[in-house]
Amino acid sequence: MKKVKITELAEVIRSKNSGPYELTLDIIFKNRKFFKLARHSGIFRKELYARLYNISVEQVLDLVEFEQANAIKATIVRPVVSGGQGETDVYGAQQHAPLLSIEVPIVT
Amino acid sequence: MGEMRVLSPTAILGYGFPLDSFKEGMKRKPHAIAVDAGSTDPGPYYLGAGVPFTDRNSVKRDLEILLEAAVANGIPLLIGSAGGSGGEPHLKRDTELVREIAAAKGLHFRLALIHAEIDREKVKAALGTGKITPLGPVPLLTEEDIDQSVRIVGQMGIEPLVGALEAGAQVVLAGRAYDPSVFAAPLVRQGYRPGPAIHLGKILECGAIAATPGSGSDCLLGTIGAGYFEVEPLNPMRRCTVTSVAAHTLYEKSDPLYLPLPGGCLELKNAEFEQAAEGRVRVTGSKLIPSQKYSVKLEGVKKAGFRAVTIAGCRDPVMIKEIDLVVETVRERVKDNFASAAYKYLLDFKFYGKNGVMGLLEPERSIVPHELGIIIEAVGESQAIADTICGFARSTMLHCSYPGRVATAGNLAFPYSPSDFKGGEVYRFNIYHLMEVNDPFELFPLEIFNI
Repeated sequence: MKKVKITELAEVIRSKNSGPYELTLDIIFKNRKFFKLARHSGIFRKELYARLYNISVEQVLDLVEFEQANAIKATIVRPVVSGGQGETDVYGAQQHAPLLSIEVPIVT
Repeated sequence: MGEMRVLSPTAILGYGFPLDSFKEGMKRKPHAIAVDAGSTDPGPYYLGAGVPFTDRNSVKRDLEILLEAAVANGIPLLIGSAGGSGGEPHLKRDTELVREIAAAKGLHFRLALIHAEIDREKVKAALGTGKITPLGPVPLLTEEDIDQSVRIVGQMGIEPLVGALEAGAQVVLAGRAYDPSVFAAPLVRQGYRPGPAIHLGKILECGAIAATPGSGSDCLLGTIGAGYFEVEPLNPMRRCTVTSVAAHTLYEKSDPLYLPLPGGCLELKNAEFEQAAEGRVRVTGSKLIPSQKYSVKLEGVKKAGFRAVTIAGCRDPVMIKEIDLVVETVRERVKDNFASAAYKYLLDFKFYGKNGVMGLLEPERSIVPHELGIIIEAVGESQAIADTICGFARSTMLHCSYPGRVATAGNLAFPYSPSDFKGGEVYRFNIYHLMEVNDPFELFPLEIFNI
């Protein structure tokens, strides 16, 4: 099966705090066609995020598609409450890199 | 009902904006200027220590321009989450700045202050009657948490801000507020529906971040009419596109289809974004669903001690290979050396080049870097203890032995002298809960002054 790198389909791949206890991960596709391609691939499930971030599926709190923005959004539990002991990223803005490795199978 | 315009000068008061963009915004004759001044993003320190995360001179620069424009045009200026965290010391800093500028420039207006710091006893009473619930993956609140918190603020909704405008205020300085509130309040007061008004506020609150190229230090203009609103940048180098605006609706939120807020939920599942003109986006279909009970989000922090850090680097391949063992050696030595003192402390190490940015979430664990950036952090009950533990860990790490060591002169490269830095007080979030209230005003007292 043909696979396409997420970086070829998406124009925004980012992470950010959603409050001090959660981290939210956005993938915004370049257009509706790429968004639908990604959705149709069936890989955007909580399990994907759990594997990419080395966490349990229960720690992936939300997985939402927002078609108006051509976006798929997941929210995970922060490993540390913002600014807590062992914090590495208070704003949560540099936790997106594992998403860059996603490859989307093209289901025809 | 005609159109009404709100000018958002910048993402956070003090982040600045180009004067040309602002002038272009004022040419469009806005009916109000509104700006958000805060966030929990910078972490727990600022709320706890009572220190604004925005610099005084930078805030003063923005405020001078905004106050002069509001007074000259006879329009309201609303500022939410004053001083960054919106507690009493934060509100006080921004109030002082407003008074200072007004005196220097000879400006006169009615000033409203809306307080948002919440008395512990009120929170305890609410806890006792079962009116407090955790927000997301947060532990249940206890009396002990409330006792330990050094400061608690509540996020006000639009109602107290509308109240301040009703009381004749031209300049409204609000403590901690739900970010879109300051933008939505003047619109709701004029009879516009709260759903579109709040959604517009949600986009305006970050200034030109919702444009492309995005910027947190540039202006955005919002226009509301019957059943729609539009947003556009004021700098010719930026555009609002369907993607940039829709994408901003996702920003910093868990579920973009259903955004909880004080007194209800913004439902966006039927929201539609369309390109109204070059650079301008029109949004329709945003809806507010009022909740049965009115809840206010509480934010609180407790004190966790004092911090000291050392910054160093390592370029030795053997040491880099043995770094976990080195850390264990240092931890043991520190513990043993001060065993009789019984200091209470936390000792932590960060290695940039090895999971320094992502910590536990890092999936890439096999790469061996050629150099490491090292931060040694100690948090102690007092600054003196933090300094002692940090300094001792540093000297131990500098000269400790490890298997295969060939560089016997020292293990660390220090970029600075002194090598250790005092980080001051350390705070942790310990309250992030919803509190049910009887009315939207009860936690947020209003004061009015003639300046």
